[in-house]
Order: sequence, then C-alpha cells, then structure tokens
Amino acid sequence: MNKIVSIEEAVTHIRDGMTVMVGGFLGCGSPHKLIDALVEKGVKDLTLICNDTAFPDAGVGKMVVNKQFKKIITSHIGTNPETGRQMNEKETEVNLVPQGSLAEKIRAGGAGLGGILTPTGVGTEVEEGKEKMVLDGKTYLLELPLKADVALIFGHKVDTKGNILYQGAERNFNPLMATAADIVIVEAEQTVAVGELDPNEVMTPGIFVNYIVGGDK
Amino acid sequence: MDKNEVKIVIAKRVSKEFKDGDVVNLGIGLPTMVANYLSPDIDVILQSENGFVGLGPAAEAGQEKKYIVNAGGQPVTIKSGGAFFDSAMSFTIIRGGHVDATVLGALQVDQEGNLANWKIPGKMVPGMGGAMDLVVGAKKVIVAMEHTAKGAPKILKKCSLPLTAVQQVDLIITEMGVMEITPQGIVLKEIHPEFTVDDIKAATEADIIVAEDLKPMEI
Repeated sequence: MNKIVSIEEAVTHIRDGMTVMVGGFLGCGSPHKLIDALVEKGVKDLTLICNDTAFPDAGVGKMVVNKQFKKIITSHIGTNPETGRQMNEKETEVNLVPQGSLAEKIRAGGAGLGGILTPTGVGTEVEEGKEKMVLDGKTYLLELPLKADVALIFGHKVDTKGNILYQGAERNFNPLMATAADIVIVEAEQTVAVGELDPNEVMTPGIFVNYIVGGDK
Repeated sequence: MDKNEVKIVIAKRVSKEFKDGDVVNLGIGLPTMVANYLSPDIDVILQSENGFVGLGPAAEAGQEKKYIVNAGGQPVTIKSGGAFFDSAMSFTIIRGGHVDATVLGALQVDQEGNLANWKIPGKMVPGMGGAMDLVVGAKKVIVAMEHTAKGAPKILKKCSLPLTAVQQVDLIITEMGVMEITPQGIVLKEIHPEFTVDDIKAATEADIIVAEDLKPMEI
C-alpha cells in the first residue's frame, strides 16, 4: 500500500474538534511543514497534546497564535506568552502535566495500559482529582492514558513502508506518539526506498504509520 | 559581589558536589553554568531531559545542528560516548533513580525540603516541564540560587507558592553559603567569607542551625 501523500492530502485527515498529538521539544523534532499547512488550513477547536507550546513564531506555537486549540495538554508553556495569555483570559483550557508523566500517559495509551502509577506530583496541585495509591509504603498517583485521533510526527529517514529513524534530540515524543493515535502522519526529512534502512536502526516500525509526507531534501 | 560574581560563586561551589561517573541534570539558567567549572579530572555525565546523555558545551558559531539542542532549545554538542533516546527513556533515567544529582533554581524552598519553582498564581505559570520528575527521582536534589529575591527571603519556614515536590531537597547552595536539609532543619555547613552567620540569619526566614564544624565555603 502506498503511504506517501501530499501535505494537502495529509491535512484533510485533521478536522475541527479532533485531538492531535504533535511531536517535538521546543520545536526540535516537530513536523514544521505539517504545522504550516494546518495554520493555512485554519482547522480549529482542536485538543493539542504536545510537550510544550514552543514559540509564537515556531512549531505548534504558530497554531496557538492562530487560535486553533480549545484545549492544550502540555508540560511547559513558558516560551510562548500567547499560550499563557489565552489560559489567563480563559480562551483556551490548559492542562499542565509533568513531562515524565506526559510521556508515560502517551506510552500507556499506545501500549494498551489502563494507566500508570507515578510518585511525580504527589503533594502538589498535580494530584488534584487523581486517584492515589499506596504500595509498599510509597504514594503514587494514577495517571490515565492519553490517545489521539491523529499524531503528527517528524522523522529523519523514513522508508516507504513508514519505518522511521530519528536523528539526535529530535526523537523526544515522536516514537511514543506514533503508537497512540488512530492516524499517524510522519513528516520525513528524507524518504528512502525499502531496504535502505537497516532493520536494526528502525526506531518506529512502519506498521504504526499511515501516511508519509515530505521527503524532498 | 555583583550579580555575575554571585552566579559564579554558586556555580563553582555546586561543581564540587560531583564525583567521577556521576549522572547529573543541570536546570536551565544558573545551573547550566555549573558545567563550566567541573573538574577536568572527573567524568561527569550530563543528562539533558529532551533526550540524551553526554551533553557537551554550547555549539560554536557556525557549528550548530538543529537536532542537537538542550532542554532550553539552545544549540549544544554531544560528547563521544553519549547517547540519544526518546522521552520515555529520558524520564526512566530521571524518575527511576538513575540520576545522581539534579541542580535546579527555586522561587522558594523551605526547612522541610519542600520546593516551589513552577508557578506564581495569577502572574507566571510557565509549567513544570521536567522539574517535578527530576526532583522526585534524582538521588540528590541541589537547589542553586541567589539567597534572596532582591532582599526578600526565599528560604522559608514553609513555602507559600504551589509546590514542585514535597520534602525532596537535600542541599541549598547560595552565594552566602551551603545549607543541608536535615530532619532537624536547615544546617549551615559552609559560609562565604564575605558574610557572617548573622547576615545569613537576617536573609533567611527559616531557622538556621549552625554546624559545629562550620567551614569557609569551598570555591
């Protein structure tokens, strides 16, 4: 099956009101071309799941400025004052989650787990509304899984079956998000023929990937 | 001491806390400066929570790579022998107790070892990022900060801002001295020669217990 599509076609899968995961850490390892196409398309009322909201002029921060999210689940908004402004003005609901818990919630979503138990956040505002469990004398919070309608991720080398090799610190949340959404779209820095990636190097198996965009150097 | 000297004193003193082979996470800002003063005689492995160990110095102009940045987004380098990984692995290292020490700044820290550094309600809500996991998971939590905020004490009897974690801080290092959190309270272990114990008590809301073997600050 052919997974390579145009960016225009790829973004038809993202519709108003959907939950979208976007890979990247302050924009490093984010699918920037897909983000630009979504800014242009103007799809709205999305729920965003992303490590951070990057910067007003970079990464998912551009979509924040374009007011495309009704809710944002993230660990850090400090580099994008517009996110803070929308939160304070109650234009956008912002749910702050510790970074390690965010990673595990997404992993749990993709791995078929009912949640994870973490000591992070015990005794802080993060525990509000969450079930607590004491195991072997230590207190944990139950953090529930996160899933999305669509995951938008970025890979350095992607073969036409969707196998992905990430480069450097661009990996971050990308391989986790690839497992936790109904539709996974990878923006490739470079697309290669099947066989050009050593199976030992593959970090996300192509079975998770529905569509591949980009790839022209 | 001017602002810059204050930071250098703190960073230099923090750098003495590590031993060969330690895995250390340095927060953004002042804690990042600690890397400049690590002894060349020991190999301290710096962890960057966006996904690698072996964090090296800032990238030189013209040598920046978009895929090697630190947790603050600045272009950096990775040392040979380093390794990249995803965020689940990064926080397995952090939360799982595989980081020997984490160095962070604070808005407030108190005599029970509670830390507040992620939120000022109604004013500044940057989010916790990886701080809550780091403080809970690292074997040793070092708060590196200026002793006061423009004269107002930051070392308190009880934090008033939303907490980052409960009873996790082990050591506070400021330009005035080195303080250890113990079950009895805050023990002043080292003092900077420019200050007296009374100076420190005046700049601290928490009760200060002076160590019997109080030493000059090792810089």
